[in-house]
Amino acid sequence: MMQNLLKRGSAAIVGVAESDLGLVAPHTSPIDLMAQGVMRALDDCGLKLSDVDALFAATSQARFSTMMLKEYLGLNPTWNDNTQIGGSSFEAHVAHAWAAIQLGQCEVAVITYGSTQRSVSRAAASPREYNYYEAPFRPFMPPTAYAMATARHMHQYGTTREQLAEVAVAARQWALMNPVAWEKEPLTIEQVLASRMVSHPLSVRDCCLVTDGGGAIVMTSGERAKTLKKKPVYPIGYGEGLSHNSIANMADLTVTGAAVSGPRAYAMAGLGPKDIDVVELYDAFTITPILFLEDLGFCPKGEGGRFVSGGRIAPGGELPVDTNGGGLSYCHPGMYGLFILIEAVRQLRGECGQRQVKDAETAIVHGNGGVLSSQITCILGGPSTV
Amino acid sequence: MDLKQQSPLGKFIEHLKAGEFAYQYSAADGKAFFYPRVVAPTSGAALEWKISKGLGTVYSTTWIPVKDGQPYNVALIDMDEGFRLMSRVEDIGAKDVAIGMRVKFRAHPGDKPDDPPYPVFTAVEGA
Repeated sequence: MMQNLLKRGSAAIVGVAESDLGLVAPHTSPIDLMAQGVMRALDDCGLKLSDVDALFAATSQARFSTMMLKEYLGLNPTWNDNTQIGGSSFEAHVAHAWAAIQLGQCEVAVITYGSTQRSVSRAAASPREYNYYEAPFRPFMPPTAYAMATARHMHQYGTTREQLAEVAVAARQWALMNPVAWEKEPLTIEQVLASRMVSHPLSVRDCCLVTDGGGAIVMTSGERAKTLKKKPVYPIGYGEGLSHNSIANMADLTVTGAAVSGPRAYAMAGLGPKDIDVVELYDAFTITPILFLEDLGFCPKGEGGRFVSGGRIAPGGELPVDTNGGGLSYCHPGMYGLFILIEAVRQLRGECGQRQVKDAETAIVHGNGGVLSSQITCILGGPSTV
Repeated sequence: MDLKQQSPLGKFIEHLKAGEFAYQYSAADGKAFFYPRVVAPTSGAALEWKISKGLGTVYSTTWIPVKDGQPYNVALIDMDEGFRLMSRVEDIGAKDVAIGMRVKFRAHPGDKPDDPPYPVFTAVEGA
């Protein structure tokens, strides 16, 4: 059994920022967006580029992200980490940076992402590796994989398209309170149900956006965090659940690796679902928050569709979920996991204005990568949790 | 398996060319595995090849619309021998493929002359 040697309070998230989002100018590179995000996140905490001694980065458009960023920013990091497990890479980077900082391998780490997938097309930004066992069947990936998980959840638990639409509508309501969200118009359940089918039963409104964008997070030691501009936010729980790579090899399409990563993160944090104030779940598709709410213990297995109904996860509902508007309505440049970390930090600092969750002191951030493949849970806490 | 002589996928394709659906079995684990590998996952045990009876059940299914054309099916098939693969169910409408449907294997010759064959399925009559 794994022994947890990560010490609470040894590292903190001190700076967060998005780069420009939505649609960026022609010839913008993913590394331009990373650099912009890094400078904004450093400005957020009052550190300088020359303070940075560790780089953590991933994007589908640059295999050697940390080398490109090192070159672009003229840095000489003592530590770098290019871990690439899809959209949950950044949740993993948080734990890796936490460990490196605690060990003294580095003191100021940036975690960053950039993508121009709207500008250059999804196919160009995320080319698929050839897989003999899938290619002849022309699955429209990733939606087809999530569609088959959805079909299975409907078959086993009676989940309906209306319940899925509740997730999209809640996300839209949150997005309307986020000035940088891509979507600006209200959305109804009827509009979701009437929208174009992508891979049955998922329609275009059940699928995340395709935008450009990026951002960065700055982490440093717990000691140094106390000397900086903003209230530190601490990682206090972490868990990994890598269950498969291709969808045919996911044992049960209704149970994700979050059922493994969640309990690990809760155990480390000494918290349970009832202790969490803000829930930030990777919503690549409307089915994913439903699966993660179940697997992270917010409702029993199979109840996710009924749980999200009646506006429970929307603004004013019982459980605030995906308060930035999510990948469904705020932004989704392809590997969305960084943005839920940014939103959770802002919620715990109390910076979210109209969409602020009152007295938020704990947040669960759940990243998803591949086709429900890599599940990473981070639990973050404010100063009272350390 | 000598990878200088043959790969796991190469062996699978060779069987398909003879109209057979080959899969691997670990006697040590008492389990079947798919996709073909050089070693059994988890246990690291040796694998032997077997020929499937070709019968399975649709575990999940989707259809994908085609502009100005008919939608096509993508499905996950649970084979009776205890492994799963991605494939499609042919000869019926994409929207008529349903979870729980019994299906039978046939070898598709490949989409272009130089492409490898691959396994597809048809609905089992009267099942």
